[in-house]
Amino acid sequence: MSQAQDKPAEGRKIPAPAVTIESKPFWDAAEQGKFLIKRCNACNEPHWYPRALCPFCFSDDTVWEESPGEGVIYTYSTMHRSPTGPYAIGYVTLNEGPAVLTNFVDCDLSKLAIGQKVKVKFQATEGGPPVPVFSPV
Amino acid sequence: MSIKGKAYIMGAYEHPTRDAPDKSTPQLHAECAKGALADAGLTKDDIDGYFCAGDAPGFGGMSMVDYMGLKNVRHMDSTETGGSSYLLHVGHAAQAIAAGKCTVALITLAGRPRQNKFFPGGGGGRPGQLTDGAPEAGFENIYGGSTHNTYGMCAMRHMYEYGTTSEQLAWIKVAASHHAQYNEHAFLKDVVTVEQVVNSRMIADPLHLLDCCVVTDGGGALIVTSPEVAKSLKRPLVKVIGAGEAPKGPRGGKDLDLTHSGALWSGPIAFEEAGVTPQDMKYASIYDSFTITVLMQLEDLGFCKKGEGGKFVSDGNLISGVGKLPFNTDGGGLCNNHPTNRGGITKVIEAVRQLRGEAHPKVQVPNCDLALAHGTGGSLGTRHGAGTVIMEREA
Repeated sequence: MSQAQDKPAEGRKIPAPAVTIESKPFWDAAEQGKFLIKRCNACNEPHWYPRALCPFCFSDDTVWEESPGEGVIYTYSTMHRSPTGPYAIGYVTLNEGPAVLTNFVDCDLSKLAIGQKVKVKFQATEGGPPVPVFSPV
Repeated sequence: MSIKGKAYIMGAYEHPTRDAPDKSTPQLHAECAKGALADAGLTKDDIDGYFCAGDAPGFGGMSMVDYMGLKNVRHMDSTETGGSSYLLHVGHAAQAIAAGKCTVALITLAGRPRQNKFFPGGGGGRPGQLTDGAPEAGFENIYGGSTHNTYGMCAMRHMYEYGTTSEQLAWIKVAASHHAQYNEHAFLKDVVTVEQVVNSRMIADPLHLLDCCVVTDGGGALIVTSPEVAKSLKRPLVKVIGAGEAPKGPRGGKDLDLTHSGALWSGPIAFEEAGVTPQDMKYASIYDSFTITVLMQLEDLGFCKKGEGGKFVSDGNLISGVGKLPFNTDGGGLCNNHPTNRGGITKVIEAVRQLRGEAHPKVQVPNCDLALAHGTGGSLGTRHGAGTVIMEREA
């Protein structure tokens, strides 16, 4: 792989996410640039991806909570088998606790590292709401 | 109730094709069924249980039973855990047989991925409209996840936590290639070296091209029978003595651990039922979608301690006649066959060959009377289903 090919994939378009009646508040907030997670009022645990029922205690008393979207890279993999150039997928462990699957953008992909601090931003999609992605801070 | 000794795998057939532009997927399922029936010495009218997964087209069991003209089916199961489905099917067939729901169970897998182009994950969204599909889809399918990079994430974390190296992972491919050279049907027959694996082009860090399995058309089938039917046949008796299954996912994102698989749970269930230990196994079929898949499952099943998989697989330890644990002696998914991107059924088929003494003489394990087949379907990096089956050759 040449260095040139390891630059972020400007060309990779993110498809429209599948929005359900359950997840619509998340995507409506994303349109406003807000990153929401769900927390359970019964057991106080935050979780990801957001659900109506808490995946830990099964309470239906879950609420949306705005998160600063800060955390560290748990793991990542840069995909080279891509017609639009390399891109990085990985998990971020949010400071609140939950791990979030995402893309790492606007950075030198060859410098990504486990433990690196990252922060959320939103990236446009093909006709749908913007999706949360992360960049090193 | 235990399934131990309640069912026997009496038919096993792997389709010889690896590229099938001229056959339909239902046709491949039926050809595999026919092959397994011939192997067992049974006819399709003997089949009273049918098991298939998501690769069976149309309505799955209903479409395939009708297509194949199976007249006597009174038990159906379409458990879907991706590539490991067929390991779960063996366990479920044994349960159904033990409960008297059927006596001759047919399991089929087939498909033609070589005839389709590769697209890394579509989003599945419809702009402006709500959908009602998989709950995780909106939050995951947008990021271009594929098997390559989601397994790559596991390998990256395993390396970080345990110091596992690309060279150690490469030994898994090297071992598979040593076996594949003797398999006339293997998609890749050339023996490769550690250097060739680590110098092959990067697909999804840290996995190279040769860390990945092959993409092949084809399929396979199994016949699982009651003890009475088994003993009426002229084939060696391969008895199912233990089975375990377990789903694993990110679990709400709490304490995510991508360095272990569902084998951590399915393995002990199967070993306990069988009353044996990993160290008793003479042979193991281990799902090998990628080299990292093998390494993590070997650790989780208890063949070595967590984090010591890299050391365990090195220096040919998985090569038949050389190492302590002969694995995937057909060349596995890494070299031989990974029909329709699902390697579960071929794992059982090669274990059956070993237990019958019908593996290639160059890779046959002497006195192979106890074997394991294990699979992981879906993605190790997100959610997957693990299935373990333990089999014994009955004298």
